[in-house]
Amino acid sequence: MTTLSAKRVAPWALLTPFLVVFAIFTAWPLAWSLWLSLHQSYGPGVSTYVGVGNYSSMLADPLFWLSLKNTTLYTLGSVFIQLPLALGLAMLLEMPGLRGRGVIRLVLFSPSLVGVVFAAMLFGIIFEKRTGLLNQLLNGAFGVSLDTPWLSTYILWALILASLWMYVGFNMVYFSAALQNVRRELVEAATVDGAGPVDRFVHVVLPAIRPVASFVVLLSIIGSLQLFELPYLMLDVAGKPNDDGKTLIMYLYTRGFDLGDLGYASAVGWVLGLVLIGVTVVERLIARNEAEGSA
Amino acid sequence: MNRSGALRLVPVYTLLLLAAGLTLLPLLWMVLASFKNNEDFMGSVFVPRDSDGNIALGRFTLEHYRTLGGRENFLRPLINSAFLASVTAIGATLVCAAGGYALAKYNFKGRKLCTGLVLGAMLVPGPLLLAPGYQVLHTVGLLDTFYGLILPALAPAFGVFLFRQAAMVSVPTELIEAARIDGCGEGRTFFTIAMPLLRPMIGTFLMITFLGVWNNFISPQVVLQDSDKFPLSVAVAQLRGTYYQDYGLQMAGTLVSIVPVFLLFLPLQRDFVSGMTSGAVKG
Repeated sequence: MTTLSAKRVAPWALLTPFLVVFAIFTAWPLAWSLWLSLHQSYGPGVSTYVGVGNYSSMLADPLFWLSLKNTTLYTLGSVFIQLPLALGLAMLLEMPGLRGRGVIRLVLFSPSLVGVVFAAMLFGIIFEKRTGLLNQLLNGAFGVSLDTPWLSTYILWALILASLWMYVGFNMVYFSAALQNVRRELVEAATVDGAGPVDRFVHVVLPAIRPVASFVVLLSIIGSLQLFELPYLMLDVAGKPNDDGKTLIMYLYTRGFDLGDLGYASAVGWVLGLVLIGVTVVERLIARNEAEGSA
Repeated sequence: MNRSGALRLVPVYTLLLLAAGLTLLPLLWMVLASFKNNEDFMGSVFVPRDSDGNIALGRFTLEHYRTLGGRENFLRPLINSAFLASVTAIGATLVCAAGGYALAKYNFKGRKLCTGLVLGAMLVPGPLLLAPGYQVLHTVGLLDTFYGLILPALAPAFGVFLFRQAAMVSVPTELIEAARIDGCGEGRTFFTIAMPLLRPMIGTFLMITFLGVWNNFISPQVVLQDSDKFPLSVAVAQLRGTYYQDYGLQMAGTLVSIVPVFLLFLPLQRDFVSGMTSGAVKG
């Protein structure tokens, strides 16, 4: 009898820490953010009801649209530049007969251990005009001007380059794990049947790595949409207002924590949150359809 | 491998080594910059040179590290980071392992609901909780405390999910039943039978969480006011504000922040990677 009741109580006892923390630090703020987003606030104490005012002023704010545009361009850049490169590197790395694979993988993967703040510190200086590594190298090799403004005019490219350094190896690791699961016989059979490298890639390799590829695409999109530290540190410290590289989270941060309007910040959070949830749901649906289609 | 096969690999090696070189170059540049005074930082790309343009290794200096150790007292944020990351990692691992094990191995009323809660919570995007989370911490009086950083990070839903998957695969129900028959209590079964079987996931999850906290910037930046409590992420960012022109010092601070995780995680890279990808490849 005691064991029976112990068996009934045990799962709740085991789940209690999770449920308590979840209730206080996820469910409660989640509900509160809905309320907050309908208020204007001045620091965490004071607020007035403004209805959908936060949302309408957001839609009327050119800075919001600029942040949205920057975030979108950066995300597209990450997906369309970084992921093909990561896949390419993975395919090179998985070539049969290659030696030193482990060391190369270790080197390419290592930047993903570096936190975004720390990478932002590093690249903030690498992209400096006269003394930065990038301009020094480009100047030495191709005679590009030492004053090429990576931190203003070309900030989006700078962000894409820095995140390429940080994540290309990380994504490569996923692709290379997927490629290891592509059946060698299938590729060989296709070769015997006269399929060229392009045909083999499109008809054999790509379908086989599709589930992982769609997962990596999802991770990249979600991560890119939340870009913050990189432009925050690279742009804001110089003391000159520079909106060229402003992202949605920077917009949220400035409104909520520099200007103290947590209500407005919550409204921005909801817009960004719904986009993120939307992306995830769409990806899940596509993945499920594909799984059913191939089954 | 025949000769044409080996030849075929030459362009492959070239491209891979190029990629590896481009990956290491910024790190190498940072290490060298952290040992150069500002004059040499401006005057040379990699190795300092004397007035005749000859390489002058003697010009390397420890001055930035002295500043960090002395005036900036960088030991403090280093200890803060280590403390926050290890306490959060251990706590979150316990909380998530217990929750995931309960969802995987017990049949109870409310199991479906709790599983749904976990799956739903995984969809909640972090940025959405930033402003209201600050409001909650203000209300419960945890702003500017370590608790305000540790407690909210103790129950990531994806952790519960990972441990649920792991427990379903690697903890056999017969073993739990046998323990019960032998009179082993439920709590003891969890700690002495389930936890050892979950060891691979425990290792992976400890690493992921430790790294996540160590590298987290926005939470401590928002929650903490008192500079004595700053972890490395915030302290380093402050260097950029305080010593804007002092690039060498900024690079030294950044290097000091990166080296510990490299030392800790590069030897474990293989486990880290396999843990990271196992879910995706199977899923």
